[in-house]
Amino acid sequence: MAMLEIEDLHVAFPKGKKAEVEALRGVSLKLEKGERLGVVGESGAGKSMLAFSILNLIAEPGRVSQGSVAFHGENLLELSERDIRGIRGNRISMIFQDPMVTLNPVLTIGTQMVETLKAHRKISDAAARKLCIAKLKEVAIPSAESRLGAYPHELSGGLRQRVVIAIALLTDPELIIADEPTTALDVTIQAEIMALILKLCREKDVALILITHDLGIVAEVTERIMIMYAGLCVETGPTQQIIQAPHHPYSAGLLKALPQFAGRGTRLYQIPGSMPPITALPPGCAYHPRCERATELCKAQVPPLEHGHACFHPIDQTEAAS
Amino acid sequence: MHILAFLLRRSVQAVIVMFVISLIGFSIQDNLGDPLRELVGQSVSEEERDLMREEMGLNDPFFVQYFRFLGNAVQGDLGTSYFFKRPALDVIMDKFPATFELVLGAVFIFLSLSIPAGIYCAIHRDSWITRFIMSASIVGISVPVFLTAIGMVWLFGVELGWLPAFGRGDTVELPWGWETGLLTWEGLSHLILPSVTLSSIMLPLFIRLIRAEMMETMSTDYVRFAKAKGLSTSRVRYVHAFRNTLLPVVTVGGLMIGTLIAYTILTETVFQWPGMGFLFLEAVNRVDTPLIIAYIIVVGLIFVVVNTLVDFLYTLINPMVKLPGAKS
Ligand SMILES: Nc1ncnc2c1ncn2[C@@H]1O[C@H](COP(=O)(O)OP(=O)(O)OP(=O)(O)O)[C@@H](O)[C@H]1O
Ligand code: SF4
Ligand SMILES: [Mg+2]
Repeated sequence: MAMLEIEDLHVAFPKGKKAEVEALRGVSLKLEKGERLGVVGESGAGKSMLAFSILNLIAEPGRVSQGSVAFHGENLLELSERDIRGIRGNRISMIFQDPMVTLNPVLTIGTQMVETLKAHRKISDAAARKLCIAKLKEVAIPSAESRLGAYPHELSGGLRQRVVIAIALLTDPELIIADEPTTALDVTIQAEIMALILKLCREKDVALILITHDLGIVAEVTERIMIMYAGLCVETGPTQQIIQAPHHPYSAGLLKALPQFAGRGTRLYQIPGSMPPITALPPGCAYHPRCERATELCKAQVPPLEHGHACFHPIDQTEAAS
Repeated sequence: MHILAFLLRRSVQAVIVMFVISLIGFSIQDNLGDPLRELVGQSVSEEERDLMREEMGLNDPFFVQYFRFLGNAVQGDLGTSYFFKRPALDVIMDKFPATFELVLGAVFIFLSLSIPAGIYCAIHRDSWITRFIMSASIVGISVPVFLTAIGMVWLFGVELGWLPAFGRGDTVELPWGWETGLLTWEGLSHLILPSVTLSSIMLPLFIRLIRAEMMETMSTDYVRFAKAKGLSTSRVRYVHAFRNTLLPVVTVGGLMIGTLIAYTILTETVFQWPGMGFLFLEAVNRVDTPLIIAYIIVVGLIFVVVNTLVDFLYTLINPMVKLPGAKS
């Protein structure tokens, strides 16, 4: 049994009085202990929905309308509020995108760290503070002792994200879900933060779900990839395999758009068009309006996810090579 | 240290504001009727009046008179009430406890109702109680205060006869001559209708404000992160979300102080509440100029002091605002 098994997950939002639209349309994934998975896709693909539904934290009016999230065999979506709280921030932690707004502006760093520990452990204030300082040191925050009394606005963006990472690690979780942990940061420190997350996950054998637009980061950090498009997983497999030989035209398009894969002097490639909003999905394969390989079949039927890709006309790698 | 710097700066500002208020007050005195007519009868001849004017300095230039007035004022001498024949400041200060307790009652009522109601309405958005409170608050905002007041008097005072609608009832004397109505049932029962009326100016507005702010903070990333940390619902709501709604609430509260003080005049008059506002309206009717000016200056001072306190409170709850002189 895998550590985390998501099965046919649907997330729906009300549309008008009776109807609903789906932001996730049946996503499944498996994650083993200590494994690092990258979730990639354009804005609006449903990556954050996937992340939040794991901890049953979809904001109203959205809801998980179908599917299950089994963590060590236990369906998190069926747990009582009290029981799921025992998982959140304890065995599964999250890191959010923008550290400027993730930390509460009116509470000190110390308060926000200690409360997390106290929610999950019977621990004295003094012991909690000691542990917090140790974690701040682990994420390489200079003069950690004096930071407990600081407010978030007194720290730079990079330091704040380090604090968020320290909070995520406080309780020694088995899984960290990082939703675009570096996108909001200054380019010069993005790599630093990413390297820190990778190092800590490796050292502590923590599993990671890394959500990002950036295939480049995923290639460096993760062992497996899941590519999402319009609420579905369109391709999944070992990172190196997908990067070297994508089968789905969308994966291939994303790769082609990477600067490091573009030839010298050529213009950066861009997939034509944009992802449709969930309220106006085309029938059949949602990617067909943008796909060079689309046929009548693609417009009529949704391709099933088989052999790691959901496409009627996958790129055959012998063909691609020639 | 930085608190002292803050207080010092605010004191300088307060002095400037009081200076302006006193100038306005004095201009009123200068333009409002002839003090001699109030002091002496019709029988005094025109020559004698001129002589008295000269003696009292009433023929001096405006600013000479103003600085004389100011000099007296800083020594606590705001002139003598024509009607009471006593120092105007003493007359006002006798009425201060009544007004203070009225405002205290109103603030207590509106805080203890608007905070729970605002939070409730933000959390249970679609419940019928929320819908009722929200509709009632719309009505509340649009009903003028004097109608609320008269309605209260009529319903609870006259028709049902549950509560006294006039005066303060018996008071108990505390040290420094403070007459309080808060220590007896009778005093408290007299306080209910006027303070409910006075609080009705702020209540609907604050319920809506707190609800709107609370709804906004509940959907912020930091509240989501607090949930993702596994904190209890009450900690997420009250420590993470509600603390952040306090900032705008205190700001608006500070802006509303002037309104609240202004409405004490109306409320005290309707309920015959023996406070400063009621006294002021009587003074206006009697053209008791020294008393009018003393009222304006005392109320101005109260306003300045309370505003400074609110600003101070704001800096206490908002870590982003540093008191001048503080180091990060
Ligand atoms: N409250 C809502 N009501 C209706 N639709 C919503 C709501 N919130 C999100 N959605 C839709 O759900 C879809 C998935 O959103 P999600 O935030 O998961 O995208 P994402 O892949 O994380 O994108 P990004 O890279 O921009 O973070 C989007 O198309 C969005 O429009
Ligand atoms: S199913 Fe058809 S339209 Fe969709 S990606 Fe494959 S080839 Fe393109
Ligand atoms: Mg997202």
